[in-house]
Amino acid sequence: MALKLPIFMDYHSTTPVDPRVLEEMIPYFTTKFGNAASRNHPFGWEAEEAVDHARERIASFIGAKDSKEIVLTSGATESDNLAIKGVAEFYKDKGNHVITTVIEHKAVLDTCKRLEKEGYEVTYLPVGQDGLVDPDAVKRAMTDRTILVSVMLANNEIGTVQPLEAIGKLTRERGVLLHTDAVQGVGKVDFDVQRMNVDLASITSHKMYGPKGVGALYVRRSKPRVRIVAQMDGGGHERGMRSGTLAVPLIVGFGKAAEIMQREGKAESVRLAALRDRLLAKLTARLDEVYVNGSVEHRLPGNLNVSFNFVEGEGLMMAIKDVAVSSGSACTSASLEPSYVLRALGVGDELAHSSIRFGLGRFTTEEEVDYVAELVASKVERLRELSPLWEMHKEGIDLKSIEWAAH
Amino acid sequence: MAYSTKVIEHYENPRNVGTLDKSDANVGTGLVGAPACGDVMRLQIRVNDQGVIEDAKFKTFGCGSAIASSSLATEWIKGKTIDEAETIKNSQIVEELNLPPVKIHCSVLAEDAIKSAIADYRKKQQDRHAAK
Repeated sequence: MALKLPIFMDYHSTTPVDPRVLEEMIPYFTTKFGNAASRNHPFGWEAEEAVDHARERIASFIGAKDSKEIVLTSGATESDNLAIKGVAEFYKDKGNHVITTVIEHKAVLDTCKRLEKEGYEVTYLPVGQDGLVDPDAVKRAMTDRTILVSVMLANNEIGTVQPLEAIGKLTRERGVLLHTDAVQGVGKVDFDVQRMNVDLASITSHKMYGPKGVGALYVRRSKPRVRIVAQMDGGGHERGMRSGTLAVPLIVGFGKAAEIMQREGKAESVRLAALRDRLLAKLTARLDEVYVNGSVEHRLPGNLNVSFNFVEGEGLMMAIKDVAVSSGSACTSASLEPSYVLRALGVGDELAHSSIRFGLGRFTTEEEVDYVAELVASKVERLRELSPLWEMHKEGIDLKSIEWAAH
Repeated sequence: MAYSTKVIEHYENPRNVGTLDKSDANVGTGLVGAPACGDVMRLQIRVNDQGVIEDAKFKTFGCGSAIASSSLATEWIKGKTIDEAETIKNSQIVEELNLPPVKIHCSVLAEDAIKSAIADYRKKQQDRHAAK
């Protein structure tokens, strides 16, 4: 089979809708278009039934006991906002302290910053060089005023998988609620809200081969029963936690995507981990000065975040324009600051600027991996010939000994 | 963000990539930027006795716009006197390459690299005269 360009290796940013998902969605745009909240006619009943079915699939997928624990939202950003603000507001008489980590997604970090402005206290836990949070640090940070701990399942940039089960034991012992942004990890690595004692979990459809525009927040209903204050007022949908007409076709697709992931996720992860390892092996066989960012062991199977020293990430992306990847270089942003996640690991700014994130997924082939490895290696070699830093490195000059004029 | 065709053209066929002997008294070297900021340019000139830039070379660590800006800078200064080369403004590079606002710093760096290479050359000449 001929290789088709461009190649998509940015599965952390989004995923294509699986054709099996799309097929189930289509009737809900046209013939089965009812409003799930219409209680008095068959159009409404049909839509409600479809939503209930999807809700059950999503609940089963994450290990929830009851499909009533699934609150449907527009996506993970909304879910993160609803979880953190909703808990903070409801439990404000109990305490005003929230714990999270420095490598969370902006949807969590900026929500926490908003809480700080409103008088809450937030502790941002650091991570080690491996990109992992130490459960003991969570334990030490909890006080009598702590109401919520929010730690992501897997990081969107470096793919590191956090020790949620260990953290869940500690929060449960202490009677503190645990929220996780499970967007990147769910279906790809082990995740179960019961076993991990997770009380709230944000997930989104478009990272798991479902449509964009729909997500969910898991809200535990027993042991403990978690209460949140709605952040959207209106018709009282989703048991009062999230008003707004349900996006039935999207929800149907989300449910189907969850059902497929639950069935096929394990085998898919084995396949992707092997492809990812193959990509890294090929790159390191050809190139020196290649550094993997974050733990290799505790990592999403489809994630490879590497720095090609002495080559700038955006410059490299331009050289491989037929391959869609992402970079921790900040050249595209106005701030000129490289990735805050890589900085949190203690990766130097120069290596952060040299990082590329490869995201492999369901439709990635071995042929694509081989093509990308060859292309990237040859372009890195070319750009190093253009790089004054590479030349200095080859001459044995320590780049740290030079007084650079920062601009 | 899409790159302009001129940036792509310079990026794919960079002019005057290379290294001049920095210990040569007629060679001026400018090294600007910082690895931690994501771009470093090294621009070198060889100046003849008439003060004309006979040759220019660069190497750049940076994004496509940084590489294109330095490539263009070497192309422009070759054959100019150092006094003429010194008048090149970053805004001219922005205009020629159609750089978007987030890439203006690349052109600033290229202007700095030219000035820095000329300053280095002048300093070497002064030192040489002083030694005589």
